[in-house]
Amino acid sequence: MKNIAIKLPDVGEGVTEVEIVEWHVKVGDEVREDDVLAAVLTDKATVEIPSLCSGKIVWLATDVGDVLAVGSELVHIETSDDVKIEEAKETVAKLQPDNASKEVDVSEQKLAPSTSHKPTSNLSAPRKEGEAPLASPAVRHRALQGGIDLRQVVGSGPAGRITHEDLNRVYANPVAQSNAGVGNAMVEQAGQTDIKITGLRKKISEKMALANARIPHITIVEEVDVTSIEDLRAKLNDDRGDKPKLTVLPFITAAIVKAIQKQPEMNAHYYDDEGFVRRYEGVHAGIATMTENGLVVPVLRHAEAKSVWDIASELVRLSASARDGTAKREELIGSTITITSLGPLGAIATTPIINHPEVAIVGVNKIVVRPHWDGAEFVPRKMMNISSSFDHRIIDGWDAAVFVQRIKTLLETPALIFMGN
Amino acid sequence: MISKKCKLLIIGAGPGGYVCAIRAGQLGVDTIIVEESHLGGTCLNVGCIPSKAIIHASNEFEKARENAKDNPLGIRADAPEIDFSKTIDWKNGIVDRLTQGVAGLLKKAKVQHVNGRANFIDGKTVDVTTAGGIVRISTENVVIATGSKSIELPSLPFGGKICSSTEALELRKPPKKLIIIGGGYIGLELGMAYAKLGSKVTIVEASANILSMYDDDLRKPVEKRMKELGITLHCEAQAQTMSEDGKALLVSIKDKEVRIPTDKVFVTVGRKPNLTEFGLEKLSLVMNGSFLKISNKCLTSMRDVYAIGDVTGEPMLAHRAMAQGEMVAEIVSGSKRVWDKRCIPAVCFTDPEIVSVGMSATDVVKNGIEVVTGKFPFSASGRAMSTEREDGFVTVIARKDNHEVLGIQGVGAEISELSGAFTLAIEMASTLEDLSMVIQAHPTRAEALQESAFSALGRSLHM
Repeated sequence: MKNIAIKLPDVGEGVTEVEIVEWHVKVGDEVREDDVLAAVLTDKATVEIPSLCSGKIVWLATDVGDVLAVGSELVHIETSDDVKIEEAKETVAKLQPDNASKEVDVSEQKLAPSTSHKPTSNLSAPRKEGEAPLASPAVRHRALQGGIDLRQVVGSGPAGRITHEDLNRVYANPVAQSNAGVGNAMVEQAGQTDIKITGLRKKISEKMALANARIPHITIVEEVDVTSIEDLRAKLNDDRGDKPKLTVLPFITAAIVKAIQKQPEMNAHYYDDEGFVRRYEGVHAGIATMTENGLVVPVLRHAEAKSVWDIASELVRLSASARDGTAKREELIGSTITITSLGPLGAIATTPIINHPEVAIVGVNKIVVRPHWDGAEFVPRKMMNISSSFDHRIIDGWDAAVFVQRIKTLLETPALIFMGN
Repeated sequence: MISKKCKLLIIGAGPGGYVCAIRAGQLGVDTIIVEESHLGGTCLNVGCIPSKAIIHASNEFEKARENAKDNPLGIRADAPEIDFSKTIDWKNGIVDRLTQGVAGLLKKAKVQHVNGRANFIDGKTVDVTTAGGIVRISTENVVIATGSKSIELPSLPFGGKICSSTEALELRKPPKKLIIIGGGYIGLELGMAYAKLGSKVTIVEASANILSMYDDDLRKPVEKRMKELGITLHCEAQAQTMSEDGKALLVSIKDKEVRIPTDKVFVTVGRKPNLTEFGLEKLSLVMNGSFLKISNKCLTSMRDVYAIGDVTGEPMLAHRAMAQGEMVAEIVSGSKRVWDKRCIPAVCFTDPEIVSVGMSATDVVKNGIEVVTGKFPFSASGRAMSTEREDGFVTVIARKDNHEVLGIQGVGAEISELSGAFTLAIEMASTLEDLSMVIQAHPTRAEALQESAFSALGRSLHM
């Protein structure tokens, strides 16, 4: 028997360190070649690290949430003597074959205890849709009286059976019941939960802190009458055939592209450490997207070369891949200006934080019908606010206001968006 | 016309209706129950109770006959005789005692009993034709509990030699030759009882198997015992009509017409709900096939109109009706209740008896659930040996992933008494480990439940 140390491979893009977001193995597990050992997070994408050989895991480098340098040891695997480490297949990373693995003397190796212990007790198997929860008649009756949906209660008993004690816990902590209050019980709560910030949330946290600390923001909120664009959108959608349904976002993107033509300083990165601004000719719009894990910003590349239909198709594809976690790393980097929208939750105004190192971000608030004075009478119009932030070190307030007004004009007279220069 | 008002009106005083009435009365609900015939319905008067009484008498008579032969127990007895008319009187006495008991319970619960035929005027009003004229009852809630009746074959209408299960339980003499049409549990229970009472019994079953609702291995011990009792079985056979002289039944067996001489024909091909001839069509209730469609609160499609028991569909069993009745009474009184039973036990009082609770082997295959099964034969049971009945077994079916018990079946002498344990095990959401850790008294047949769980866990003790 011998021990093989699997090292953290180079995940490309010049990344020097990664965060371990999930262990797929624990000490004592038998793994086969190509089994996933761990999931690591680069600056934005999650990458799975496969095993290079079969054997038994005897050591894990670190805990979930910790950062490891590329090239450092990830796991030790006890293998039979005749195992040959082949070069890693093209999976997620290019491993340098000369130091991808090495033998270590097990006698000198202090084995760390498993840090990714998963309970292996009698966890209940997921119950099929429509299957009754596992509980005695008295427990079921008590739950019914208390308005507790047993399908939401985790059973601690054998086979996931829900006991009276499990119900007691729900009564003591009604918040745990997602969709069923426990009568009208008002119970003082005295618990606290520490949640370790790891993975994507940690990245978001770092990036927000950086942007907010370094960039002096100026935010302008403006009201836009989107009645015309909504009418146009409805007409286009009626005849769209098999094209994706147009939302207001493609029009806003097109309006931003048009406005940038007049004010190219808005489509730029400010490298403050190096002391220069890099303006871009191509408009790569970052689309801030909420996913189950948190905020990610997939990039709609070359918006200046796309029709609203193309933009709509690309937005559908990007948001879907961001949400289901299949977005490629290159789709999550390289934006030059960002659009953020909370959709129907869009509030009256927001204070968007610039996606560092960009210099501008356009926030879209929700569309509501408001009375509008047209000079003679009040008429109902579809109104939408845009809340845009700018890097005040680079963009003066006047210029920011001009940019916002230009977007407003374009959105209120949609024909202007589609006219040549 | 006499007018009455109540909060709860129940149409039908079978096991569903009378239980609903008693519970509602106990809860202080102003309740009226209407019944055109005897309290207790089919179950008490012409079903469960009288059939069990006759089955018991037939078992006792058969035992006496066995004892008159050379037997291993060393008992010496003369050839017994049976005065079957007296047996029927005894059976009727039991029925009377029970119906009087129901009347007493209704009275104690302050339930008004109106004897007569109901006729719906609307969802809140029912006219009852009684001996003293029509009584109009206005109610806030109504429960339809009118039960079911034997299905009649058009070519063999009831009357004369052709009996439904009702007449089959009233014969004053066992017929010498008896044909039973329908190899379901009712036909077989009666057929085996009459075989023990001395009748030459022939069963005519249209499908390929008797007791088609049960899995093969549960059926086999019953088929073996039928042979021992001299019962002739014709499967895939269709009863046609009586012969012209009325002395035989014409049966087509595999495309050949056969003439089977008989003194009586019992038609037990199933039951259908009683939903006609009391004005129910005026309510235009939503149906589920030939039954009334109900919610998990036994509510029909009309507000405040409930239905329980056989009118609501399969399984048509008295204990299901009782449970529904009890639940509806509580709902009407303002309690929060829903039908959330995990299982309803089914017992077949053949010889040996069959108990089936929860999912069968066929059910789990249909549902694509991975299972483990355990089995314990009574041939390995000390209690079974010492009572001379080693036929049968208990089998338990559980999910493979977490050992949740999904079904328990058994076949064996007097195994109906284990139905309670089987049902409790499933209703309490037991696992195989639970069943294996519960001490069962020795020597009893209940040990088979624990042993079958051991078997499923791969660690049988007595096998």
